[in-house]
Amino acid sequence: MEFVFNDDQVMMADTARALLAEHCTTKHLRILSERGESFDPARWAMLVEMGLLGALVPEEMGGLGLTGPDVIAIATACGEALLPEPLAEVAMVTLPALAALGQGALVGAVLENRATVAVCHPLAPLVHQADRATHLLMIDVEKVVLLERDAVDLTAQPGIDPLRDLFTVAATRPGETLSTGAEAAAAHARATDAGALCSAAQLLGIAQKSIDISVAFAQQRSQFGRPIGSYQAIKHHLASAQVAVEFARPVLHAAAAMTPGAGAATAARISHAKLASGEAADLATRTAVQVHGAMGYSQEVDVHFYLKRALALRQSWGTPNYHRARYAARLSGHAYGPATLFAQEN
Amino acid sequence: MKLAYTAEQNAFRAEVHAWMQANVPPAPLPSFDASRDGFEAHRAWEKILNAGQWGMVTWPKEYGGRGLDLIRWLIFEEEYYAARAPLRVNQNGIFLLGPTLMEFGTPAQKARFLPKMATGEEIWAQAWSEPQAGSDLAAVRAKAVRDGDHYVLSGHKIWSSRAVYADWAFGLFRSDPASERHKGLTLILFPLDAPGVSRQPIHQINGEHGFAEVFLDEVRVPVENRLGGDGEGWKICMATAGFERGLMLRSPARYQVAAQALIALAARHPDLDPVIKAQVAQAAMNAEAYALSIYATASRLIAGGSIGAEASTNKIFWSEMDIALHQAALAILGPRAELLPEAPAATEAGTWLDGYLFALAGPIYAGTNEIQRNIIAERMLGLPR
Repeated sequence: MEFVFNDDQVMMADTARALLAEHCTTKHLRILSERGESFDPARWAMLVEMGLLGALVPEEMGGLGLTGPDVIAIATACGEALLPEPLAEVAMVTLPALAALGQGALVGAVLENRATVAVCHPLAPLVHQADRATHLLMIDVEKVVLLERDAVDLTAQPGIDPLRDLFTVAATRPGETLSTGAEAAAAHARATDAGALCSAAQLLGIAQKSIDISVAFAQQRSQFGRPIGSYQAIKHHLASAQVAVEFARPVLHAAAAMTPGAGAATAARISHAKLASGEAADLATRTAVQVHGAMGYSQEVDVHFYLKRALALRQSWGTPNYHRARYAARLSGHAYGPATLFAQEN
Repeated sequence: MKLAYTAEQNAFRAEVHAWMQANVPPAPLPSFDASRDGFEAHRAWEKILNAGQWGMVTWPKEYGGRGLDLIRWLIFEEEYYAARAPLRVNQNGIFLLGPTLMEFGTPAQKARFLPKMATGEEIWAQAWSEPQAGSDLAAVRAKAVRDGDHYVLSGHKIWSSRAVYADWAFGLFRSDPASERHKGLTLILFPLDAPGVSRQPIHQINGEHGFAEVFLDEVRVPVENRLGGDGEGWKICMATAGFERGLMLRSPARYQVAAQALIALAARHPDLDPVIKAQVAQAAMNAEAYALSIYATASRLIAGGSIGAEASTNKIFWSEMDIALHQAALAILGPRAELLPEAPAATEAGTWLDGYLFALAGPIYAGTNEIQRNIIAERMLGLPR
């Protein structure tokens, strides 16, 4: 029993965090958003160059052959930085899905930045940056289909997050059916878990970052002759948000440690992580608005970026109700208690 | 990251399990906060535990422990709660004073106090708060006047847990009359049957008397009963409070087993409202989140890390989850929720009511949750005082 990251994992996450802190500041994001864009090709090329995209891809397909605990803190860092390019999604959802479906050539093309694949899933029907994709992977519980860009119609669906470019996707021509039946159902389940875990990690990063920027603001903003952070009303709001983060983090990390892995125990833990991280992000981002006062309701400070991303990620890849029901379903069918805390069985 | 038990850890679990099966009293003991009989029954249980060398598994062997790490402590606690073994009447001693004595005590003090603490021969109460010094503990007025090789203690302590029946207490006293606030305080151990000590039970919301007022009228105790240096009481109390809020006071298994009981209660009530079902699922998740967090902390400590202000997040989380868990049970029980255990129609309801009333104290004792939020804000987040 060792519930700690190893040195390599800590180093990889620190490297990613440092890189994002330099190349994905909110200043960068404001420039992008003022141009009406959500994608920076130079930053993406740099992220691809780092090799992190293939973290979960088997080595024989050109990836790093790593597992959940190796990437989870990187996905959290993507959330903290509000990275608009889909590093976490491609690394955790898209490429593992393609690899499991035997799409080695396409995996290779994505790893070399020659192709871009966007995933469309019933729990994530609004596809971010679908217009940039060369391929669309349509994952349904009965069928998994790969479509080229010219085989679909995209409808732009403007959303509140200025850094999410959303589209709904409709196939206009039949694509290549990659799997059906039980195999498709398994691919659908894997994508559900991966998408939820990936969103949960980013939500946790958003939650902590929202607290951190609010603390910094409360330290310097004075009212009644004192920094507002010296008042208990402010302290207690932020402390409550931090408690929510503290008890979401170990659930997220335990969920990551169960992946790759299928089964009800893993699914329930991932659902718990998505719920807990989502609640932490919801509380922390709303607290950030409140602590910043009227400034928090403006676009002058960065709070709104975190609030909007949290709102989006909390509902996609399974709503809170979806994940609560999935956790509750596991409760009714299985023993609960200390003996099953680390159980991996179905 | 390896979230699986080793073969040795599983073997240890089996050993604890077998011992508990053979030794845990078949029927629950009467409460240790309601009668002398209940208190003594729990003392007898402590003796049995200690004879099996299970009294305090993390303590060094020389004091009756097994010198085990925190992961094994967690495994022990899981089997302990799963076996429905009695609550620990000497928790002030074994979880709070014990670790403090090991860190700050002299060899003579350790030899004098730890073995009798481990066997339950001496059961400890806490004597920190005073009528004017609750959350503001540094306002302590009870005094310790040095007289040769003795201290003479006088003052009024209150909310002293277990003090009605306990044998000894550890208290915070002002030893420098000219001092203010955190300075000039000294931690002194004193027998509760010493001349000049009188105790007045306090009737709690649940009808028990788990705490008392303690009046000290020129109580003479030898200087060797001082823990740490003269004037170092605050520093040592804060270390004790750290143990209290940190890991030991509330082990995760307590809540996992309570959530298990809640799930079983819900299962006996089909057609539950979806809102109540969601509360049950949330209680189950909370207990797991707390357990995962403590496993992560234990792993970090074993790997050489330390625990700081984040201990305050633990205290807030377990106290709030305990209330929510019991509220879910009361919602399931409906009109029967108000019944006492002896009511013919109560069945399991009385136990849940007891648990709920006890849970309500959680956000208050061991430092109110308001104080914990201040600690988180100031020491963890860095907000100004």
